[in-house]
Amino acid sequence: MTPARDEYDVAVIGAGPAGLAAAALTAKAGLSTLLLDENQGPGGQVWRAITTTPVQDKTLLGKDYWAGKELVEDLRKSGAEILQGATVWSLDRNLEIGISVGGGACLIKAKRVIIATGALERPFPIPGWTLPGVMTAGAAQTVLKSSGLLPEGRTVIAGQGPLLWLLSAQILRMGGKIDLVLDTTDKRNYRRALPHAAAFITSPYFLKGLAMMREVRRKTRVVSGVTSLVASGEGHVESLSFEAKGKKTTVPVDVLLLHQGVVPNVNLAMSAGVKHHWDDIQLCWAPELDGKAETSVPGVHIAGDGAGIGGALAAVARGRVVARAAIDALKPDAGASLPSAADLKTAVAKAEKGRLFLDLLFRPTKQFRIPSDDTIVCRCEEVTAQDIRDSVAVGATGPNQLKAYRRAGMGPCQGRLCGLTVTELMAEARSKTPEEIGYYRLRAPVKPIMLSELARLPKTDEATKAVVR
Amino acid sequence: MFKRIEEDRRKPVEITVEGQRVTAREGDTVAAALLASGLDVRRRTAVSGAPRLPYCMMGVCFDCLVTIDGVGNRQGCLVPVREGMKIEIQKGRREIGR
Repeated sequence: MTPARDEYDVAVIGAGPAGLAAAALTAKAGLSTLLLDENQGPGGQVWRAITTTPVQDKTLLGKDYWAGKELVEDLRKSGAEILQGATVWSLDRNLEIGISVGGGACLIKAKRVIIATGALERPFPIPGWTLPGVMTAGAAQTVLKSSGLLPEGRTVIAGQGPLLWLLSAQILRMGGKIDLVLDTTDKRNYRRALPHAAAFITSPYFLKGLAMMREVRRKTRVVSGVTSLVASGEGHVESLSFEAKGKKTTVPVDVLLLHQGVVPNVNLAMSAGVKHHWDDIQLCWAPELDGKAETSVPGVHIAGDGAGIGGALAAVARGRVVARAAIDALKPDAGASLPSAADLKTAVAKAEKGRLFLDLLFRPTKQFRIPSDDTIVCRCEEVTAQDIRDSVAVGATGPNQLKAYRRAGMGPCQGRLCGLTVTELMAEARSKTPEEIGYYRLRAPVKPIMLSELARLPKTDEATKAVVR
Repeated sequence: MFKRIEEDRRKPVEITVEGQRVTAREGDTVAAALLASGLDVRRRTAVSGAPRLPYCMMGVCFDCLVTIDGVGNRQGCLVPVREGMKIEIQKGRREIGR
């Protein structure tokens, strides 16, 4: 499977909530639309494997999961071209997109590009987080949805945020076992978040969240106020030591699932030259967007969690706002039969209600973001926190210089699992703000592709002459 | 590390892992099939030889890197299993010619 054409009106990257909503709307308006997605089927992470999941009892994954089905059906009826298993490895200022699909690479162009690459889980760099048997809560949820897998053996879930409770509830409902839930939410966050509680209480998340937390507490042991986590073992995680209210405890563990929220997946947007700024509440990089979610690169928009974390409902609403902007720019007449831009924006505001409360309540504490001593920061190149502090001591000024000192961020994940930690760690070590320290300079290819794929790309005569002497 | 739920009705797909036959299910990714196989599927890193298993399962961490049908460094969490697929676990640095 390759794209049917070389040029499209709109290319949407990512088939999660935002991408599905955006592509369906632009295609319905008569714009030629290509939706590219890295996974085998649509849904992104929230609605992962929605068309193929073996978990068919609808009560197990819950209503919010199955809500995705309607958007997928909507998209399939819309006339958009959908390419699954397609990895986007480059996007440039000319809105040319490099795609790797089915073992081959190709380039296409679009008049508008909608980046809907969503979020990834925030790095959780505790001692022992690279041990086999330690994975993210999102990873466990992914295999649960897509393959019906339940953790086996002594299982501990540690961290904070809505996903922690949702995953726990889902595993327990499906007959899985969780031995312990460790909640790392900082007690002081409750006071900080409280002034914003009114908006949250009237949001759809409030009652659902409470019910889920009650369900988990009824079925398993929960320890709150956890201030330190250390995983250890030889060749596999064997035990977890934690501290809560000044008391140290060590428990045996076979599977340790970590989670402390999600952050925008910035790699593709940054490599295209999209300007980002440091968001000091969400503690991550967020793109600079105008009212139509257009970035600093003309014609490139960002929708969904990649525009700043807002959750699945907000992602759908943002996807539609961006689609509307693309339609207004390319085929204004088609907009007449669609919801107005103002109505679509109202829907975004409604879906984002209560977000600030969640952001403040689940703002991860410093010791879980900025590790000490020989805790690994860069998993690919196995660079520790101490290595980075030592590099700063001998003159490394920022993440890009650090590459030359320690190769941090230069492994296959391209900084996705260490970038935020490196920025915050270097900022602390140099008494600067994260904004001043900056981030890795990202470049295409943002995902590894084979040299043979590049070599087989169609070449113009000019391109060949430019390198042949 | 993981077990399959009983109500999984998807078609079986046979693959080999280091020469051993493993029954996966249609729709599994290679990484999910490995985690459910019960085999020791720990990769060894190229830097220090440390053992690793998949961490994110969504294409960002690259800890699921695996050799699939002779091609190394594939992201196991993004590649669906196919009948007859040959999986090899990566052990440390890459060898010349592979």
